[in-house]
Amino acid sequence: MAAVQDGQLNLEVEKDIKTEITNDGSGNINANSSSPGSTSSGGKSKSPAGSGEDQQTLLAVLQFLKRNKLTESVDILRREAGLSADADDSPVSESAGAGSGGVPSVGADGGDANSLLSRVSIATPVAPPATAPPKVVAASGGEDQPDVNVVLSAYSQQGDPVLYPLYYNGLKKFIESVLDCHRAELSQVFYPLFVHMYLELVYNNHENEAKQFFEKFSGDQECYYEEDLRILSSMSKKEHMKGNETMLDFRTSKFVLRISRDSYQVSCLGKPEMSRSLWQLTITYRMLSYQLLKRHLQERQNNQIWNIIQEHLYIDIFDGMPRSKSQIDAMSGSLAGEGKRDANKAKVFYGLLKEPEIEVPLDDEDEEAENEEGKPKKKKPKKDSMGSKSKKQDPNAPQQTRIPLPELKDSDKLDKIMNMKEATKKIRLGPDNLPSICFYSFLNAYQGLTAVDFTDDSSLIAGGFADSTVRVWSVTPKKLRRVKSAADLSNIDKESDDVLERIMDEKTASESKILYGHSGPVYGISFSPDRNYLLSSSEDGTVRLWSLQTFTCLVGYKGHNYPVWDTQFSPYGYYFISGGHDRVARLWATDHYQPLRMFAGHLADITCTLFHPNSNYVATGSADRTIRLWDVLTGNCVRILTGHKGPIHSLAFSPNGKFMASGATDGRVLLWDVGHGLMVGELKGHTDTIYALKFSRDGEILASGSMDNTVKLWDTLKAFDDVELDDFTAATGHIHLPENSQELLLGTYMTKSTPVIHLHFTRRNLLLAAGAYNP
Amino acid sequence: MAEERRPKQCTVVLPTESMKAMAESIGVGQLQEESCAALSEEVSYRIKEIAQDALKFMHHGKRRKLTTSDIDHALKLKNVEPLYGFQSQEFIPFRFASGGGRELHFYEEKEVDLSDIINTPLPRVPLDVSLKAPKEQQKAESTEPLKVVKPGQEEEGSIQKGQGAISAEAKGKKEGLMRMKPRSTHELSVEQQLYYKEITEACVGSCEAKRAEALQSIATDPGLYQMLPRFSTFISEGVRVNVVQNNLALLIYLMRMVKALMDNPTLYLEKYLHELIPAVVTCIVSKQLCLRPDVDNHWALRDFAARLMAQSCKTFSTTTNNIQSRITKTFTKSWLDEKTQWTTRYGCIAGLSELGPDVIKTLILPRLTVEGARIKAVSEGPVVSNIDKIGADHVQSLLLKHCASVIAKTRPLPDNMEQYRADYGYLGPTLCSHVVKARAQAALQAQQVNRTTLTITQPRPTLTVSQSGIGGSGGSRSPSIIKVPSSLTLMSTRPGTPTQPSPPATKYIVMATSAGASSTQQVLDGSLVITLSSSSGSSVTSTVASATSTLQPLVKLESRAASGLGGSRPLQKYIVVSLPTSASSSLESKSGMLPPSSSSTSPISLEAGMKMDHTGCVPNGTLLPI
Repeated sequence: MAAVQDGQLNLEVEKDIKTEITNDGSGNINANSSSPGSTSSGGKSKSPAGSGEDQQTLLAVLQFLKRNKLTESVDILRREAGLSADADDSPVSESAGAGSGGVPSVGADGGDANSLLSRVSIATPVAPPATAPPKVVAASGGEDQPDVNVVLSAYSQQGDPVLYPLYYNGLKKFIESVLDCHRAELSQVFYPLFVHMYLELVYNNHENEAKQFFEKFSGDQECYYEEDLRILSSMSKKEHMKGNETMLDFRTSKFVLRISRDSYQVSCLGKPEMSRSLWQLTITYRMLSYQLLKRHLQERQNNQIWNIIQEHLYIDIFDGMPRSKSQIDAMSGSLAGEGKRDANKAKVFYGLLKEPEIEVPLDDEDEEAENEEGKPKKKKPKKDSMGSKSKKQDPNAPQQTRIPLPELKDSDKLDKIMNMKEATKKIRLGPDNLPSICFYSFLNAYQGLTAVDFTDDSSLIAGGFADSTVRVWSVTPKKLRRVKSAADLSNIDKESDDVLERIMDEKTASESKILYGHSGPVYGISFSPDRNYLLSSSEDGTVRLWSLQTFTCLVGYKGHNYPVWDTQFSPYGYYFISGGHDRVARLWATDHYQPLRMFAGHLADITCTLFHPNSNYVATGSADRTIRLWDVLTGNCVRILTGHKGPIHSLAFSPNGKFMASGATDGRVLLWDVGHGLMVGELKGHTDTIYALKFSRDGEILASGSMDNTVKLWDTLKAFDDVELDDFTAATGHIHLPENSQELLLGTYMTKSTPVIHLHFTRRNLLLAAGAYNP
Repeated sequence: MAEERRPKQCTVVLPTESMKAMAESIGVGQLQEESCAALSEEVSYRIKEIAQDALKFMHHGKRRKLTTSDIDHALKLKNVEPLYGFQSQEFIPFRFASGGGRELHFYEEKEVDLSDIINTPLPRVPLDVSLKAPKEQQKAESTEPLKVVKPGQEEEGSIQKGQGAISAEAKGKKEGLMRMKPRSTHELSVEQQLYYKEITEACVGSCEAKRAEALQSIATDPGLYQMLPRFSTFISEGVRVNVVQNNLALLIYLMRMVKALMDNPTLYLEKYLHELIPAVVTCIVSKQLCLRPDVDNHWALRDFAARLMAQSCKTFSTTTNNIQSRITKTFTKSWLDEKTQWTTRYGCIAGLSELGPDVIKTLILPRLTVEGARIKAVSEGPVVSNIDKIGADHVQSLLLKHCASVIAKTRPLPDNMEQYRADYGYLGPTLCSHVVKARAQAALQAQQVNRTTLTITQPRPTLTVSQSGIGGSGGSRSPSIIKVPSSLTLMSTRPGTPTQPSPPATKYIVMATSAGASSTQQVLDGSLVITLSSSSGSSVTSTVASATSTLQPLVKLESRAASGLGGSRPLQKYIVVSLPTSASSSLESKSGMLPPSSSSTSPISLEAGMKMDHTGCVPNGTLLPI
């Protein structure tokens, strides 16, 4: 818990600085522009209020910790926040109300936090402590907890409920009247404003007004917010707000908008001959969108809206041209707006780790050498060149020892050798060379198949079922055998060469084995790379580790109290990640029964998890429609990727670690550049949830499998080539997506009535797919 | 803004009446209106919340349907006790009742008799989960990973044979062209599909008239080649299903389809024998073909199928496929098996004996003694089941029928009863008398032709055998099976013309225009022309109008004989029973050619819908006016 609190604190502190900086910046610009006075003062006056708010939250956290006797954490928090010991002793309401008292401590905050910033590059931008306790509340039967009230109290400032539609309408009219280039940007404000105004109305018991407000304006919102609107619409009473997770998400996190600051210099430098008056005119028209909005609101004395913007929205101002509607649409859609730009600034070492050098026994070549002298010589230089390539350290790769990785065992080495041998027989795929697809259908699964995984060498398939079982099949002629019992094992001659063969019990040989142990549907399943273990995560809140030697459960990892939606082994084994309904992703090591890291920050369930190929990062997709990339070493969130319009259900990294693909319930696949944190492609075509994504072994082809009973193949090579990454787009993160993703679609393969749940490329680039036949 | 309208946001709340009803059900009477309203809003909200959570479980369960277990899990998430054991056979388990001015929905809880539950047989255990993959996969993985995964297994439709291209490239060849080659057989045009549908429906339908026409069409249409695979699949699947269901009638219809297909000179069945032969053999040797083996005449089907088998052996057996020897082996093997039932035994013997005198001589005659002993055991031994007895009787008569003729030809005179008994055991004496008869008959045959027609009616198993001897005919006629619907009275025809010399070796050719090919239809309004011509010079021609359009090649054999045709016969129908192998010589294609009054002047007024199958043994066609 302490670690999370730390992160939380840093975030709060950092937020303060951010608001200050932005406000200063805007103030400066205003000094240049023609309308200085009112705006800059507005900006300045906001800063104490905002920090008072943060302080209030901080104090609430402190109180919570105290009550729970986490004195150590309290000390740390206090020290790092620079709060005096007596500050938190005063009641929360008092300190919140006393804005003036907060000011000096905020100043201290800033100084302290700057030093903190140098240590922690990026902080998690969300407040998990606020989300976690309400769940406890719900569990213990709805007893009031001050934290919730603190969270909700922000809605207590009350305007005249009748005026709300007028305010909103006024803003709507204003935004519709502004220049085209600004309109798209400014209309982003609609949705969060709408939500917060509605919530305010509900909170203040204006039930009817809230309903009317909702009916009047909900139709104006973008269609991708439909899910959230449905949840909102069902919430019509103050009592409902307690314990409603979505509501808390809106409240505890600031909705992030990106709005451009029309670069004043750029537009004017090119026209020095322009007359003074004309220049003035240009300035007024070219005023940054944000300023435009601000001024409008202040002119109209529209404090209600302004307050909401101040409190619940985070407006991320960037320099450059305003974005077009399509650009905005591509990036928006998540529960809490877009990711902040600086949230994606941290460096990500996306390169691959150096492969350990393994002497490939040249037994094949040796045999040939006897026949022909020339051949091995020809082959050897080739092998060397391959080796040297891997010897060179990739500049984008993390240090080899950044994350301690398990040492390679002999069997791992053998497997690596096998892998390399297979890889030489690999087929190069391309648009003209599509892979064959072999479909494994699960028959008689009665809608119960919930998860599938293949081993890397494609020799085993595991299925997780809704009836709590895990089943493992061997798809090679080699049957699954158990290790003999301890008594029998003692009789075995341990010196014999085939001891590994002798320890297996022939009598237990069968094509499939069933693993019993969970007490709820199994939602996630993952083989360890060495094929000795299997992980499964279930509705019962546990992750279980199974041995594929004895076919028994070895460990039940308890930590998630709620359903665990997904779990995934690291590509190097030993570590694994799990994520579930409690919105926290946990990193585990197989020999620790407690998690090593907890990644908190998502605003809704974590629906899928994936390790980066170099095992230094972990990607999580969530029902809040964002993807986050976490650094395993520091536990920080290093990327927030927004753009999906529905819960994300599948993730895939390209084999070189540079790109990522994600699929969601909206039926779209998005492609991401991990290094830059940019969306680089959008693949439309599926009509239902995408449950499976996989890159081919060389990364040229992306296969996507969906609930709509199709497998689609996409030309990723072309998709990544098409992206032009100049400095500007890299800096702003605004990219023009190619309009037509159909050119990238290489093929669509229908199944009869089988949703595609899993995809896997064999080492020779044959595509395997799996799903349950659904008559 | 979002222009496309989203489904209306749901703001429905439960009616307050429900609250009252629920409150009453737990013993709270007289709930105030405001409390009801407040409660209903609260409850509606909670229900929606739970439903939204349940959706999560549905998504993660990778399903499209929300199940009760999803709701349970969602409740569990909220720390609410799930509704254990909820199950309902119906979608709405509530019953409606009204009374006292109030309407009420309640959950009906019936009293269940425990003994009912105990005594009901256990439901079948559901099949366990299994994994299915294309078979090629395993092989491909172990040897060469680039084998084409057989399309159509699961990846249906637009599968591209990318793998073929890849392996081609691996060999350094130019690829890309073979990529899009589809596996499927040729698409049928809409007309062909309609035709296929009509034909198959007619062939297995209840209307005998339609069936006759359909079979006629199959037997004569030259354009059926593309439909052949469909037909053969239809037949083989049909036999498979109907054997299990013991549907004798349908099996017979299907065998008649086989017959018709074989009769079509434009079709070459060899590629489809793998489907047809198993079907035919099934009809010969299956243990049970009908629901009431003691009453139904499944023997005729066996005979008929055996003849079909013999015919296909003759036609298609080559040194490479060895159909005849394989079939012979199959029959012999099951015949020799002690445990074989009488029905199968009968089928085997029939199948073997139809293969010709050589087969009878080498395979059946040596077994006569053994078989005789077995028959004796049944007929003279202790009372066994009636079915066995009938079976034995049939086997006996079958053996006698076939062996007698062979023995008559091969065995030198004299026919000594004792000698026969010594040679052939129990069957010897009867065989002897049969042989004697056969010899006498052979002697008679110089002047007389015998025709035996055996009719079997379906589904009522009345067997009518009508025999009509026609004097003055040169060739001998073997029995033929005619199947007629029971509604028809079958009678020996050609009344009053026994003395008229019927021309020997009459050939009848049926000309039919090809389906949809308008060029061959010279007659207006798409009528078909059937020319029946006899080689002896007397021929009958009648125009048969096809009621169908040119697009739909279903031939309807409705006789629309003009008054001028054939004299004074307003309605008549000829059914061509056999086609000579060398029909081309006497092919008459002109419609207007009216032959002189022919020999078949007998007033043949018949009802439509008669169908006869000729037997393979008939050397020449017979025109059967019925």
